[in-house]
Amino acid sequence: MNIQLNGRSIDLPDNVTTVLELLDSYDIKKKISVVEHNKEIIRRFDYEKAKLADGDKIEIVHFVGGG
Amino acid sequence: MAERYSRQERFAPIGKEGQALLAEKHVLIVGAGALGSANAEMLARAGIGRITIIDRDYIEWSNLARQQLYTEEDAASSRAKAKAAEARLKAINSTINVEGIAEEFDPENAELLLKDVDILIDGTDNFNTRFIINDAACKYKIPWIYGGCVKSDGISLSILPGQTPCLQCLIDQLPQDIETCETAGIIGPAVQVTAAYQTAECLKFLTGHSMSTHLVSFDVWGRQYSSIDVVKLKDPHCASCSDDAQFPYLKKEKGIRTAVLCGRNTVQVRPGRKENVNLERLAQRIEPFAGEARVNEVLLRFHMEEKRFVVFKDGRTLIHGVEDVQEAKKLYHRYVEA
Ligand SMILES: [Zn+2]
Repeated sequence: MNIQLNGRSIDLPDNVTTVLELLDSYDIKKKISVVEHNKEIIRRFDYEKAKLADGDKIEIVHFVGGG
Repeated sequence: MAERYSRQERFAPIGKEGQALLAEKHVLIVGAGALGSANAEMLARAGIGRITIIDRDYIEWSNLARQQLYTEEDAASSRAKAKAAEARLKAINSTINVEGIAEEFDPENAELLLKDVDILIDGTDNFNTRFIINDAACKYKIPWIYGGCVKSDGISLSILPGQTPCLQCLIDQLPQDIETCETAGIIGPAVQVTAAYQTAECLKFLTGHSMSTHLVSFDVWGRQYSSIDVVKLKDPHCASCSDDAQFPYLKKEKGIRTAVLCGRNTVQVRPGRKENVNLERLAQRIEPFAGEARVNEVLLRFHMEEKRFVVFKDGRTLIHGVEDVQEAKKLYHRYVEA
């Protein structure tokens, strides 16, 4: 399936079907992030339930601490 | 001199009126590292009437690649960042008031520092201090602008206490194992873009415009950009910004306090209460045993047991070459407190 991730078109492998799996595939599951799924913010405990569909728009912002 | 701000005044959202407002404002910048330097320079050039910049650290060679206010001479003499920043900012703009404070921003001095401040800019490099800033800003209702950067990534959020979500609303626990500039690296462009977002928001606020409620992040190397409106994430039960806030990070600790400066192989040790240490006398006492004891305007540095010690006037001590807190305390008792 194909999604828009932070404004870019991305082809997802078949084993990535939820927001949690998406975060995991980018190795940022453990980081503190804010995720927007089709303009709705998803709470952390809902990442696993949030199913991805073809054409979905996802924005992911993760917090960084340096400066 | 009237020419000085002419281009900024020509920018319609600011104008002559906005410029006059900037001259009356007071900005507190916490941290004078990369983000603090970049924000401070832009704000000084922009003609903010009063800038206070506080920092607990001193300048090292590894800072020069991105901390734009400092020179080789500053690194060679381990100058306190706050003092070097003050001197440089005054040289950039002699018509404004600039004060550099070589201390840590902490629950003890937060109230005094936030007095008469219009807005606070985050120039720190760690979440411990950011959560203290967040609580203090929420308690005294001072807007603040979070900024963070590492590698080629950056992030920023404007926080208007009581109206928009605070850091605690978005992050309910102190992030662990986070990448730091020391461990993961950092490039100057990531600093500049982050600081640009922060300063732009600051100028908006100070000239009477509303700040954005979007959390913005980017990767300046990979050319990624993302922006999420987080206004709905304001937590009505937040421990920091709700009506029944407890301000958990403003609780004052008693006794000696330590902090591991992550990724730097350094422990900071602080005495239970601030006291004026006579650095010259301390230097004389340890001189016979220590390598290269040197004193400058705010700190003393020396080598001992293959560790590098930096003692500030208020007793706060950085011990480089140690990661164990207990060992650091022992060294502190043995050489600094004695
Ligand atoms: Zn909050």
